[in-house]
This record gives sequence, structure tokens and C-alpha cells, in this order.
Amino acid sequence: MSTTTPAVTTKPTPAHAARKAKPQLSEGARAERRLGFLLIAPAVIVMIAVTAYPVVYAVFLSLERYNLALPQDTKFIGFANYGAVLSSPFWWQALWVTLIITVFSVSITLVLGMLLAMVLHRTLFARGTVRTTSLIPYGIVTVAAAYSWQYAWTPSQGYLSAAFNNSAPLTSQVQAIIVIIIAEIWKTTPFMGLLLLAGLSLVPEDLQKAAKVDGATGWQRFTKITLPLMKPAILVALLFRTLDSFRIFDNIYILTGGSNGTGSVSILGYDNLFSALNLGIGSAISILIFICVAIIAVIFIKGFGTAAPGTALGKR
Amino acid sequence: MAAITPRQRTGWLTANFVVIALALIPVLWLVSLSFKTPTAVLDPSFIPSQWTWGNYHGILTSSQFLRPLLNSIGIGIIATVIAVVLASMAAYAIARLQFPGKSVLIGMALLIAMFPLIALVTPLFTIERALGLFNTWPGLIIPYVAFGLPLGIYTLSAFFREIPWELEKAAKMDGATPFQAFIRVIAPLAAPGMVTTGILVFLACWNDFLLAISFTSTIAARTAPAAMQYFSGGSVFTVPTGPISAAAVVITIPIIIFVLFFQRRIVAGLTSGAVKG
Repeated sequence: MSTTTPAVTTKPTPAHAARKAKPQLSEGARAERRLGFLLIAPAVIVMIAVTAYPVVYAVFLSLERYNLALPQDTKFIGFANYGAVLSSPFWWQALWVTLIITVFSVSITLVLGMLLAMVLHRTLFARGTVRTTSLIPYGIVTVAAAYSWQYAWTPSQGYLSAAFNNSAPLTSQVQAIIVIIIAEIWKTTPFMGLLLLAGLSLVPEDLQKAAKVDGATGWQRFTKITLPLMKPAILVALLFRTLDSFRIFDNIYILTGGSNGTGSVSILGYDNLFSALNLGIGSAISILIFICVAIIAVIFIKGFGTAAPGTALGKR
Repeated sequence: MAAITPRQRTGWLTANFVVIALALIPVLWLVSLSFKTPTAVLDPSFIPSQWTWGNYHGILTSSQFLRPLLNSIGIGIIATVIAVVLASMAAYAIARLQFPGKSVLIGMALLIAMFPLIALVTPLFTIERALGLFNTWPGLIIPYVAFGLPLGIYTLSAFFREIPWELEKAAKMDGATPFQAFIRVIAPLAAPGMVTTGILVFLACWNDFLLAISFTSTIAARTAPAAMQYFSGGSVFTVPTGPISAAAVVITIPIIIFVLFFQRRIVAGLTSGAVKG
């Protein structure tokens, strides 16, 4: 009896030590590892099957002449599709339209989102009602909202057209792009506002009070305290809004269908696939859009440093 | 915020009113259009000059809307359930278990969340045609699950990190296997996070338009947002403004219900990944 007791009490100790030691994995650690792989496997398989594999396949398709209307004419042509896209004025126009929409909608959304966050953060009345209402533009189906904007701007039928001298903005390039930007801003400001509100609530109230005592004005407090402390939240929100805006499709498709030079790169890719049935060119456009998105992401992460990936993810 | 001056009071009331008005006017415009008769549609006033239920009656008795609505609900629910289950498993592993390759998984999810959807439409269209998935429910469910997963993994791992470790340890001490600890102890605690994630994923599926118009060709699998553009007016000469508006209102109703009942959860879910990381 007296000899077995110490053996029993010492037994767990080596096992516990082995668990901590790096190179030799204990049975428990190995089981944990196996369970970890097992649990992530289904998600990883689905994500790879639907994204990684098709991207590789798109690279392959983009090097081929492949038109669904002329399938027997399919053949490997190297980078000719890229040459065709990059030398086409349609690609550059679509890229410009996309960039203009992205820059204007994201920067205006940032300002309005900040105002919305301030209202949600500071308002003394009906905070819940305001928050609930502002979630509706976030949740509403983009297509449904786009129809609302389209009908609002239809001459002699829409309230906005009537308010602006019965104008027909969707028939002119610049005005149509402005309408598209307004529709984007309306839809995405709540999301921006909520992300910024989360960042705003992390700014300590004491700091604001201390600055107030020291005689800082409201604007000074905003630029010297609130903004610097919110920088990470702002950058994350900006990165995701920018990437999301760059892939704009629904609003343009419903509002103008991409006519009058209002098509984005996504619209161009879609048209090449479903109107021209050109899989080769369509894939080349897909890969180019992918490269653009990667460049934007790298610029953001390198340029701003603090907004490391892994701190958030995009919600559309 | 000790004393509120009347000026502050008016200021905040105005600010609140502006936010609510800006958020609601485009929605109310759709509601107004949906109740207008084909002749009243030609009048830009907000209050219909002639009211009718005809637009709703028309779309709710037409298979051109009912079938896509059913597709939207079915595809959305199935994709959401699969995505939440798979994401819960992965998020649990990320939040609780030690294994190599964790950061690769997070990076991959992040990459997919940022992915330009159109870049996948061309290859997936070709693959789906080859596999016979084109214009079927699974043809939309599978991509929706894949794009719901990054959102789900992030939101859920943020929620899972808040769950107390000790309970799981206690369960293991009592002889539960890690799997039992997950099902019996962690899952019930994680349920609120899973509901939140489910709502966000469902909203994303419900909202999708690009994949829905790309991978469908008939009402067999076409979802409601994709079906609206094919509506026709009462005659060749009438534009289907009324029916489209009514359909837009119908597909907005579930969102308003979600927002009203789960407001706090949606906000928590949207911001959890962004702030806590």
C-alpha cells in the first residue's frame, strides 16, 4: 500500500510535462491535433473546392481561346486574351468607372458613417429605434433598393426626378454614376457606422473629459483623441468597404445595366461571359480583377501598417 | 451627461429624425409604388392617388414569383445551416485547440471574404455545367456555403473565445471526450453566437444577385432577387413597376423582421470580428 501510493501521485506529472514540451507530443496533444484537423477539414474542403480550384481553372481558361459559341475552335493561345483585354478601351473605361465609384462612395460613406456612429453613440433619445432603422439599408436586398432608386429617378414617375425638374439622370454617364454612388452610399453607410461605433465605444470617456477640462474644443478632441484612437477600426472598415465597393455589380446592373459607359469591371466580366459567351476573355478579366483587388489589399496593409489582416473580415 | 439643455434636445431629435428619414424614404417609396395602380404609377407623389392590392395579388398567385421565393427560402436556409455547422466546427478548433496551420486557415478565410465574386463566376459556371449543377439548388447552395464560411468562422471564433474554458475542462474531468465536451457543454453556450452567425449568413444568401443570375436559367432554381427582372406588366405596353415593387417589398419583409427581433445580435455579430479580432 505504502509503496503504490507515491507511484500513483507522481504519474500525472510526467504526462503533464510532456504535454508542455514542444518536440514530443503526448497522446492528448496528438489527439487534440487530430481533432483540430478533423473539425476544420469540411470547411477547408468546401472553401478550396469553390474558390481555390476555380481560380486555378480560371488561370488556365484565360490562356485559351474559348468561346461557347464556337467550342470546336478552342485552343491554347498564351497571354493573347490579356493583351486583348488590356488593349481594349472597354476595360480601361470600366476600371475608371469602378475606381471613381469606389473612391467617392467609400470616402463619403466614411464621413457619413462617422456621423452616424456619433449619433448612435451620443444620442440621448430613442437610440434603439435609430439603430434598428439604420440596419434596414444594411439588410435590404441590394436589388430591391436599386429598383427603388431606379423608379425614383424615372422621369414623370419618380419623386426624385420630379424634385429635380423631371430630369432623367440614368441616361447620362456622369449623372448615372452619381446616382449609382448615392445608391451605394445609402446601402453601406449603416455597416460603416456600426463598425465605427464599435471603435468609438473603445475610446475612453475619461480622456475626453480630461481634454475638455484642459480647454480643448469639440473639434480638437475629435481630431486629437477620437480619430487617432479609432485608427485601427477606421482602417479595417475602409479596407473592407473598398474591396467590397470594387466588386460593385447589383446596383449598376439594375440601375443602368452598364449602358452609357457606366459599367464596372464586374459588369464587363459578366457581359463577356453571358452576352459574348467568351470564356477565355471572361476568365482573363476575372484574373485581372483579382490582381486589382490584391493590389488594393497590399496598398492598404503596407500603407497603413496597423490594419493587419486577421483583425476583421468583410461582411457584405 | 448631467443636464440636457433644450438646444441639445432639439439637436439630437433632429439628428435622429434625419437618420430615420434617410434610412426609410427609399423603402417607403417601394411600399408606395407597390400599392399604386398602373395609372397611379405615372404620378410621382408619395401617396398613391389610386390604391390597389392588385400587384401583391398578381405576384403571389404567379409561379414566376412564388417558385423563386420558395427557392430563395429553401436555398438560403439549407446553405445557412450547413455553413453554420461547418463554421462552428472550424471556429471551435481555432478558438480552443492547438494545431498547426491555424493562421493559414484564418488567412484563407480572409482571402475568400475579400474575393471578387465575379472572378469566380466564369470558372464556376463552366464547372457547374460540366457537373450538371447548373440551374439546380445545390449549384447555388455550395457556393453560398463557401462564401458564408469565412464570415461564420470569424464571427463564431470571436464568440467562442468568450466561452469559459473551465467548463469544458470540467466536462473532460468528468470523463467526457473532447467531442462530447463540444456537443454537450460548448454548443449550448455557443448557441447565441450561432444564431447571430446564421442570421448574417442567411442575409448574405438572401441578398445575393450575381451568383443567382449567373448559375440559373429558369425558375427551377432562380432566387427571388434574380427573378424580379423577368416580371412582365399587365400588357406589352405597361412596365411592371407595380409587381416588381411588390416583390421587392415581400423580400424585404423577412429582413425587417430579423432587424426588429435580432437587432442587438446583428450589431454584435457585425462588429465582433472587427473589434476583438
